[in-house]
Amino acid sequence: MNWKLLIEISQALMTARLKQTLIAAIGVTFSITMFVTLLGFMNGLNEMLDGLVLNRTPHIRFYNEIKPNPDQPIDLSDDFSNSINIIRSIRPSTSRLSIYNSESIMKTLEEDKRVIGLSPKIAAQVFFNVGTIDITGVVNGIDVDKEASLFAFQDYVTTGNFEELKQTNSIILGKGAADRMLADIGDVIQATSAQGNKIQLKVVGYYQSGLGDYDNANSFASIETVQKMLGEPASYITDIQVKLTDLDLAPAMAKEYAGIFGIDADDIQTVNAQFETGTYIRTLISYAVGITLLVVSGFGIYNILNMMIYEKLDTIAILKAIGFNSSDVKRIFITIALAIGVIGGSIGLLLGYFACLGIERIPFETEALPTIKTFPVDFNVKYYLIGGVFSVITTYFAGYFPARKASSVDPVDIIRGK
Amino acid sequence: MKQGNETVLEARNIDKFFYNPKETQVLKEITFQIPRGEFVSVVGKSGCGKSTLLYILSTMDTAFTGELWMDKELISGKPANYLAKLRNEKIGFVFQFHYLLNEFSVLENIMIPGLKLGKYSREELEHRAIEKLKIFEMEDHALKKAYQLSGGQKQRVAIARALINDPLLIMGDEPTGNLDKKNSDIVYNKFKELAQEFGQTMLIVTHDPEFAAGTDRIIEMEDGRIVGQ
Repeated sequence: MNWKLLIEISQALMTARLKQTLIAAIGVTFSITMFVTLLGFMNGLNEMLDGLVLNRTPHIRFYNEIKPNPDQPIDLSDDFSNSINIIRSIRPSTSRLSIYNSESIMKTLEEDKRVIGLSPKIAAQVFFNVGTIDITGVVNGIDVDKEASLFAFQDYVTTGNFEELKQTNSIILGKGAADRMLADIGDVIQATSAQGNKIQLKVVGYYQSGLGDYDNANSFASIETVQKMLGEPASYITDIQVKLTDLDLAPAMAKEYAGIFGIDADDIQTVNAQFETGTYIRTLISYAVGITLLVVSGFGIYNILNMMIYEKLDTIAILKAIGFNSSDVKRIFITIALAIGVIGGSIGLLLGYFACLGIERIPFETEALPTIKTFPVDFNVKYYLIGGVFSVITTYFAGYFPARKASSVDPVDIIRGK
Repeated sequence: MKQGNETVLEARNIDKFFYNPKETQVLKEITFQIPRGEFVSVVGKSGCGKSTLLYILSTMDTAFTGELWMDKELISGKPANYLAKLRNEKIGFVFQFHYLLNEFSVLENIMIPGLKLGKYSREELEHRAIEKLKIFEMEDHALKKAYQLSGGQKQRVAIARALINDPLLIMGDEPTGNLDKKNSDIVYNKFKELAQEFGQTMLIVTHDPEFAAGTDRIIEMEDGRIVGQ
């Protein structure tokens, strides 16, 4: 097969109708540009919105839930094992919020290869005493370094230095809480724990997650500060937050360790299922729009090739008369279509990349998203690959049908027709 | 190149029907042979089936009954791709209206059937194409685009193109039919030259009696039959 000759002929046919060919190629360029830009932008936003919650959410959270004991004394009796037992007025047993044997649990988890890291936490209900008013809130006792490395804590501390939290009796207030208390950096505020212990805390920063409700209620202090505030020993921990190498392992691992340690475990999939759904639907919509654009440009190529074939019937007839067979003619027109697709598509990918760079520079500042300064864009190679592959596939099919028509031209009809 | 009476093309009992709008027999029991080196013309009134016959002989029209032999090989009933290859290699065409590919230069037009055949390298073909152009005194126009030539020049280039693969047979469908007297004479003289100097086998359909008179043999057709040769 003499491909070089066929390519030369395709090239000559294209240059003969340069304007039409260009229009077809621009159609592909435009749609690929839009496809890449749309997906990059949409997924950038997706990742940012998911990141708002998912970055900060542990993959598995271990804790003790206060609940009635599932094993009531009557269940231990063989006499009643086959009967329906009704017990009224069950109360939660005197279990405590802290995790038993927390140190050995943390040690076991740290040795697990699936675990990137873990961070202990204490959630303590407090009243902030502001003048004569008490404002309820939660002070989270955290291991500052681990919280920063695993859950990007520093990103959300909008004012002040998060490192200062390591000093005892310092607190980073949620932005909402701080606004209500009129607490400035450096102020000392008073908090009362549920046990009635009063403690003075120095405000060293503001925390802003972007989720208003969360920022109204939650503040952060070091784990030691909270232990002291509650009057509990150094082993007192209410939550263990675990980050895994693979998020998909979370449900199985949560179940596994909840069984071993005899504590409660929540995994990220179960808790945040709605985020996955939202992301999935947004992605689906952007793909649908992108592919629609490509199909439309495919119709453009189809039309232009069809016109070209009508104009070039003589050429096709002469080629066939001098010994080109049907497949040769088909290949010529498919080559034209693919050339339009590949050239238009490559330029489209390039322009799409530039458009993404441009969007990434547009300022986008909002109160709710303190870490975001410009529009987020995802530069994942995946979208460029999909765009490239789709541009070739659609142009191939757009070229296939006109090419088939051209290949079935009967030269005798054309030559006799004049 | 004249080699005795070896048969280049033979038609045996060729019948051809048109079915649209109603069944009409356009060719009736056409039987004849063309020996190597002969310059044959087919004449007849308009509608007598001479062009139809030419397209059958050229292998482009395959809807007929009867046998067609080329170079001692039965070619009727062969697959289309085989026939395309055969056309490329063994037949040179000259049409009445459809001369050249306008997208290409004169030289490229001549080279395309050769490039398709792939027997010679590009450089060799270029050299051969120039040689062929020299026969027609067209070598100065080699790099012009095909549409920049006059009708007579185009037809001369078309004949040069027909020669590029040293075909067994050149077929022409009224090659001078669309040309003025002067150009028609030039083209006619070139055909004569090919016949006399190169011994090229040729089958030309024409309705120009003057053209036919200069050929070795005249096949006369009437109502789909050969009435004299």
